[in-house]
Amino acid sequence: MLTLTGVGKRYPTGDRALTDIELSLPKGQVMALIGPSGAGKSTLIRCVNRLVEPTQGSIRLENTELTKLSGSRLRHARRSMGMIFQEYALVDRLTVMENVLSGQLGYVGFWRSFLRRYPKEAVAEAFRLLERVGLPHAIDKRADALSGGQRQRVGIARALLQSPKLLLVDEPTASLDPKTSRQIMRLIRELCAERELAAIINIHDVALAKQFADRIVGLRAGEIVFDGQPSELTSEILTTIYGEEDWDTTPEPAEEKSEDAFQPTAYTAHAMPTMVAGGAL
Amino acid sequence: MPVSTSSQGTPLWQRRTTRAQWLQYVAWLAGISLFLLCWKVISDNTMWVFVEDAGRQGSDLISRMMPPRWEYASVLWKPMWDTLNIATLGTALGIVMAFPVAFLAARNTTPHPLVRSLALTIIVSSRSINSLIWAMLLVTILGPGVLAGIIAIALRSIGFVGKLLYEAIEEIHPTPVEAISATGASRLQVMNYGVLPQIMPAFAGISVYRWDINIRESTVLGLVGAGGIGLQLNASINSLAWNQVSVIFVMIFATVLVSEWVSARVRHAII
Amino acid sequence: MNTSADTLARQQAARQGHWRRLPLIDNPRVRWGLVLGGVVYLVLALASVEVNWARVAEGSGRALNFLGAFLQPDFVSRQNDIMAGLMESLTMTLTSTVIGVLLAIPVGLGAARNISPLPVYAVCRAIIAVSRTFQEIIIAILFVVMFGFGPFAGMLTLAFATIGFMAKLLAEDIEDLDWKQVEAVRATGASWWQTMNHAIQPQVMPRLIGLSMYRLDINFRESSVIGIVGAGGIGATLNTSLSRYEYGTSAAILLIIIAIVLMSEYASSHVRRWTQ
Repeated sequence: MLTLTGVGKRYPTGDRALTDIELSLPKGQVMALIGPSGAGKSTLIRCVNRLVEPTQGSIRLENTELTKLSGSRLRHARRSMGMIFQEYALVDRLTVMENVLSGQLGYVGFWRSFLRRYPKEAVAEAFRLLERVGLPHAIDKRADALSGGQRQRVGIARALLQSPKLLLVDEPTASLDPKTSRQIMRLIRELCAERELAAIINIHDVALAKQFADRIVGLRAGEIVFDGQPSELTSEILTTIYGEEDWDTTPEPAEEKSEDAFQPTAYTAHAMPTMVAGGAL
Repeated sequence: MPVSTSSQGTPLWQRRTTRAQWLQYVAWLAGISLFLLCWKVISDNTMWVFVEDAGRQGSDLISRMMPPRWEYASVLWKPMWDTLNIATLGTALGIVMAFPVAFLAARNTTPHPLVRSLALTIIVSSRSINSLIWAMLLVTILGPGVLAGIIAIALRSIGFVGKLLYEAIEEIHPTPVEAISATGASRLQVMNYGVLPQIMPAFAGISVYRWDINIRESTVLGLVGAGGIGLQLNASINSLAWNQVSVIFVMIFATVLVSEWVSARVRHAII
Repeated sequence: MNTSADTLARQQAARQGHWRRLPLIDNPRVRWGLVLGGVVYLVLALASVEVNWARVAEGSGRALNFLGAFLQPDFVSRQNDIMAGLMESLTMTLTSTVIGVLLAIPVGLGAARNISPLPVYAVCRAIIAVSRTFQEIIIAILFVVMFGFGPFAGMLTLAFATIGFMAKLLAEDIEDLDWKQVEAVRATGASWWQTMNHAIQPQVMPRLIGLSMYRLDINFRESSVIGIVGAGGIGATLNTSLSRYEYGTSAAILLIIIAIVLMSEYASSHVRRWTQ
C-alpha cells in the first residue's frame, strides 16, 4: 500500500538524514521503526506526509505519488495519513472536542472550521472515537487540563477522525510512564486491527516494539540495517543497529507483571504470528 | 576571574585581567567625554539668564495655577469623551491593521521573506514616528478634528502591537502547528487552529496595554489640533489661563490612573 | 463552570452529532450584555466623531503630494536647519538618558517595597506616578515656561520622563529578585551598601543596561516632538516644514528619524546580548 523507493533526504546544511530507503508496507501491517536518536526515524515518517521534503526518491501511497504533490492535492493526500506525535501536539487552549474535530480540517472549508460548524456525521464520529479511547466525559475540557496518557488518547482520536489509511506514529510513548506506554501502544494496535490500518511507529523502546509490532525495521545513520520479524531481532542485530552494548542483561521492564498488562484484549484475537510471547527479550 | 602570582609568590585574585581593566577605563573615559561634549552643545544653545530665573518663574506659575478654576471642569466632559474615543477607536483600528502585519512579519507564518521585510518596514516606520507627528501630518491632510486623532493613534499602534505580536507568534510551540498541517488543513486553517489559540492571551494583553498607553497619548493630540482635551489645554495655555490648565491636569491625571487600573485588572484576568 | 447535568447533555448531543463551541462567557446575560454594551458604545462614539468630508476631500491631494515627497525626500534645501535640529536632538537624548537613569536609581530603590521604609516608598511612588501620567509634551510646556526656550528645557523634560519609566521598572525588578541571595550576603555581616553592591546590583544590572538602551531609543523619538512646543530638537524643524507645506523636507526628516531608530535598535540588541 505504501511504497518508498530510493528515498533520500539531505538537509541544506549538507547533513544526510536518509540514504536510499527502500520500504513497502502492506495493508494492515504495523511496523515498528527502531534506531538510535538521530538515525532519521522522525525524518523518515515526516517525509511520508511531507512535513519534511525528501530530496530524492519516490513515495507512493496506493496509486498516488506523494513527492510530486502540492497545494490542495497535497492536503488531500495528507487526510489519508493520520499522524500521532511524541509530545501529543494538541492545541492546549482548545477543548478536547475541538482538538479531535481538527482531524476533519482537511474535509471542511475554512469558514465552517472557523465557526466550528462541523457536519453532523463528523461530530458524531468524533464523539464515538472519544468514547472508544475512553474520554467521553472530557469533551469540554481544555487539552492542557489532561494528563499525558489522556492527551495522547485525544491525539489518537484526532488522527483517526481523518479516516486515514495509514498511521504515522512518532515516538508515541516517549513522554509517558511505562504502564501508560503499554496502554497507548495496545490502543494503537487494536485500532489498527479494527480498521485495517497500516502503521509506521517510531519507537525507542525495543521491548515495546517487539511486543506490539508485526514487523521491525532498524535504522542506523539514515540507512535500513534490519527488516524482519520481531522474533528475528537478536542481540547481534541490536548491536548493528545501536552499537556495542550488553543486550542480554538489559534490565527487564517490570510491567509484564502488572495486573493490566496482559488482559485478553482485541489484538490477541487477530492473527499475530510474529508476536513474541511474554516480552521474552 | 584571573588569578596571577604576586612577587612574593602568593596567588593574587583580580576581578579582571589588566587588559580588560584598561579597556574599561578607556570606555568610561570615552563615555564621560561624550557626555560632557553633549552637555556643552546644550549649554551653548541655552540662555542661562532664563534658567537662573527658573525658580521665580516656577513659583509664579504655581501661584497662577492655584486655586484651580473648578467650574471649568463642566466644559471638559465633551473633550474628555472625545479623548476616550480617540484612544479606543484608534486602538481598535490599529489592532485590526496590526494583526495581518504581525502574521506577515513573523518568521514562521510569513508567506515570503520579501513580504516579511515589507511588514517589518511598516512596523519600524510606525514605531519610529511619535503619534503627535502622525497627528501633525494628518491634521494638514484631513483638517483638524477627532478623525485625525483616531487615525494618528491607529497608525502609531500598528508598530507597537505588530512588533509584540509577531514576537509572540515566533515564540509559539511548533508541534501543534505541525500536527494541524499533518491533518491536511489549509494554510488559513493552520493559522486558525494551530497559531491563533496560542497567541490569543498575548494578543489580548498587548491590546489592553496599548489602549492604556493610547489614553495618555490622546490627551495631548489636541495640541496640534487633532481633537480631545488637548485642544482645551492648548487654548488655556495660549490665553495664559493657568488656573484652567491645572483643572485639565487633574482631569488627565484621574483618567490615566483609572485607565491604568482597568488595564492592569484586565491583563491580570487574562493571564 | 458547567454543571455535570450540562456536561451530560452536551455529551448526549454530541453523540447525535450536535456540538457547538463553548461560549467564552458562561452566563448568557453577561455575554449578551457585554455585546450590547460594546455595540452601544461604538454607535455613540462613531456618532460623536465629526468629519468634515469636504475638508478631507480637499486634503487628499496633499496626502498624495506627501506620499510623493517620500519618494523624493529633500535633504538639501534645509540642510542647515536639519543638521542643527538633529544635533540638538541627539545631544538632548544622550544627556537626558544619562541624567535620568542616574536619578532613577535612587528613586527606584526607594520605590521597591521590600527594601525601603514606607514614607520613602510613598514619596518615590508619587514621583513615578506624576512622571508617568503626563506626556513628555505637557512637561515640556511647563519646563519651557520655567527655563525658557531651547534644548535645556527639553533635556530636563526627557530626564524627568526617564526617571518615572526607569524607576518603575527598576522597582518592580527589585521586588521580584531572588531574596535568598540577599539573605546570603547579609548573613556574611555585610553593611547596607555592601548588600546593595553584592546582592542586588548583580541581579538587576543586565536588565538595567537593557532598559537604559531602550530608553535612549524612546528619548530620541520623544526629542523629535517636544520641539513643537519650543523645547529644542528636530521637532521644531519638522513642525516648520509641515506648516510651510515643504513636504520634501518633512519626508527627509522622518526618514532620518526612522533610520536612527533602526540603528539604535540594532545597536541595543547587540549591547543586550553582550551584557547577558
